[in-house]
Amino acid sequence: MSEIILQAKNINKSFHDPITIPVLKDISFTVNKGEFVSVIGKSGCGKSTLLYILSTMDTDYQGELFIDNETMTNKKEAKLAQIRNQKIGFVFQFHYLLNEFTALQNVMLPGLKLKKYSEQEVEHRAMERLKKLGIEQLALKPANQLSGGEKQRVAIARALINDPAIIMGDEPTGNLDKRNGQIVFDIFKQLAEELNQTLLIVTHDSEFARNSHRIIEMEDGRIIKQ
Amino acid sequence: MNYKLIFSISKSMLLARLRQTSVAAIGVTFSICMFITLLSFMTGLNDLLDGLILNRTAHVRLFNEIKPNDKQPINTSADFKNTYNFVQSVKAVNSRKELYNSEAIMNAVKKDDRVLGLAPKISAPVFFNGGSVDIAGVINGIDVEAESKLFFFNDYVVKGTSIDIKNVSNSIVLGKGLADKLLVNIGDVVQVITSQGEQFPLKVVGIFQSGLNDIDKVQSFASIATAQKLLGKNNNYITDIQIKLHDVKQAPEIAKEYSQLFETDAEDIQTANSQFETGSSVRTIISYSVGITLLIVAGFGIYNILNMMIYEKMESIAILKATGFSGKDVQLIFIVIALTIGIIGGLLGLLLGFSLSSVIDQIPFNTASLPTITTYPINYNPKFYIIGAIFSVITTFLAGWFPASKASKVDPVIIIRGK
Repeated sequence: MSEIILQAKNINKSFHDPITIPVLKDISFTVNKGEFVSVIGKSGCGKSTLLYILSTMDTDYQGELFIDNETMTNKKEAKLAQIRNQKIGFVFQFHYLLNEFTALQNVMLPGLKLKKYSEQEVEHRAMERLKKLGIEQLALKPANQLSGGEKQRVAIARALINDPAIIMGDEPTGNLDKRNGQIVFDIFKQLAEELNQTLLIVTHDSEFARNSHRIIEMEDGRIIKQ
Repeated sequence: MNYKLIFSISKSMLLARLRQTSVAAIGVTFSICMFITLLSFMTGLNDLLDGLILNRTAHVRLFNEIKPNDKQPINTSADFKNTYNFVQSVKAVNSRKELYNSEAIMNAVKKDDRVLGLAPKISAPVFFNGGSVDIAGVINGIDVEAESKLFFFNDYVVKGTSIDIKNVSNSIVLGKGLADKLLVNIGDVVQVITSQGEQFPLKVVGIFQSGLNDIDKVQSFASIATAQKLLGKNNNYITDIQIKLHDVKQAPEIAKEYSQLFETDAEDIQTANSQFETGSSVRTIISYSVGITLLIVAGFGIYNILNMMIYEKMESIAILKATGFSGKDVQLIFIVIALTIGIIGGLLGLLLGFSLSSVIDQIPFNTASLPTITTYPINYNPKFYIIGAIFSVITTFLAGWFPASKASKVDPVIIIRGK
């Protein structure tokens, strides 16, 4: 039995506006270290909602959530921010880099925030990760001059900067063409297999999901297959 | 907290929107500049107008008022002690106008630590003989050195030299209006008739212009010795002692004290010139309120621009939060942005305000009534600069606080999902 990184226990969530609609019903599952898990399901089945609860950004839910064997439920906002900074790496559908900064600075930001390493070390680590993703030549370019695929790879480098316990992705290939989507997928696969990195990716790309280690399928706010 | 990181993020966001933030900073610059200029100019003018009277007025004046005696003889008699005495038709007696024992009073006052200095004075009502008409006037016998030191007498002597009234015997400095009426100039001799009916020739050594026509038409100055000679009095004769204090606010209290101590009448400057105090404080309030209004308007400008900036930066805020920046960090970033705008704008405003006041200080301002003034008056009180600086920081902080709190409450999930 390998180490459990993420554990969800009986998570329920409802939207209350304008009438109460349950969106997540009794979700329980675990993710082990080194697993590459994809969550699939139709639009509106609650998979993104689930991801944002798991990411600690959404705190309005019932149930319990553990990351790295630490409960996330009822923690203060500042504490959760610190946990996100340290333990969770994010990759979103729309890249979301800070346009005021260069690619390198974007990667460095969470590292500087964590303050575990000196600025030089953070810069060194950021360059290492950009190199690993094959985009070190873009390091000094402003974020708004990068292409979509490049941006997404910079975002992955940023997610990796603090050696997170888990990387979460919300449709990370959803906005990319086939070739770039493939590149991103290959990077994820490589991270999981070579570096034993835990990944939890929400997607509706069934091919992407098929190639991951494990699929969690959702429908109408429930897990129907895992 | 990682301040270096917060500052570098704020800096990048500021520079990314340089034009917008410059406009906000210019708003602060403009208002601080106007605040400084307005107050410097207004208080400069206030000081000028107050100085017109107050500079030349003693803080405490000791004299003997002509008035009916409070102590009527019957009241001091032991026989009538327990009765209520009506004395009809009490009149002031033409008793001595001089201060009793003036020498001793002056010595005592000089020893008082609260006193900056004193100047004795004799005022003698006279007639100036100008051919067929006699013009009523007053000759003030003064100690010209003390008078110049404490009451800037020198500044108002527009022709001739004031010290000559001490050096040249039987000499006089005439008010400008009076000199014009008598058609005399320096070197001429005027005939003076005292209230006792004696005639005296006095040599004009200077012309005096106070800026107040009413004064210039009647007042003239001679040395104390000359005035004593005019009145036929000995050299102890002093009618007024003018006292200047270190702290003008103590005047009423000291006046009361001296009045009891020396058994004379004592008048303080606040009582004698209450209207000036009121006028200048009202003018100061007006200038402060205009200046502060300007700053508040600038504050709203900053508030608006930061608000807009936050709407534009929603995505960046969401990203910062998703990657581990807390609401507090985000709030700090925007407060740093606001304060940077405030501090840079404020500093420029102080500089610009200083330059603008210096420019105004160079504009010629000549009026016949104000001989010592050649340019518009400006008061370079550092107090205004300190108030301006503090206020610019406070307004920008408040203007930044509300948008920043809003930014700190941005829910990243809504932004990231909403696209």
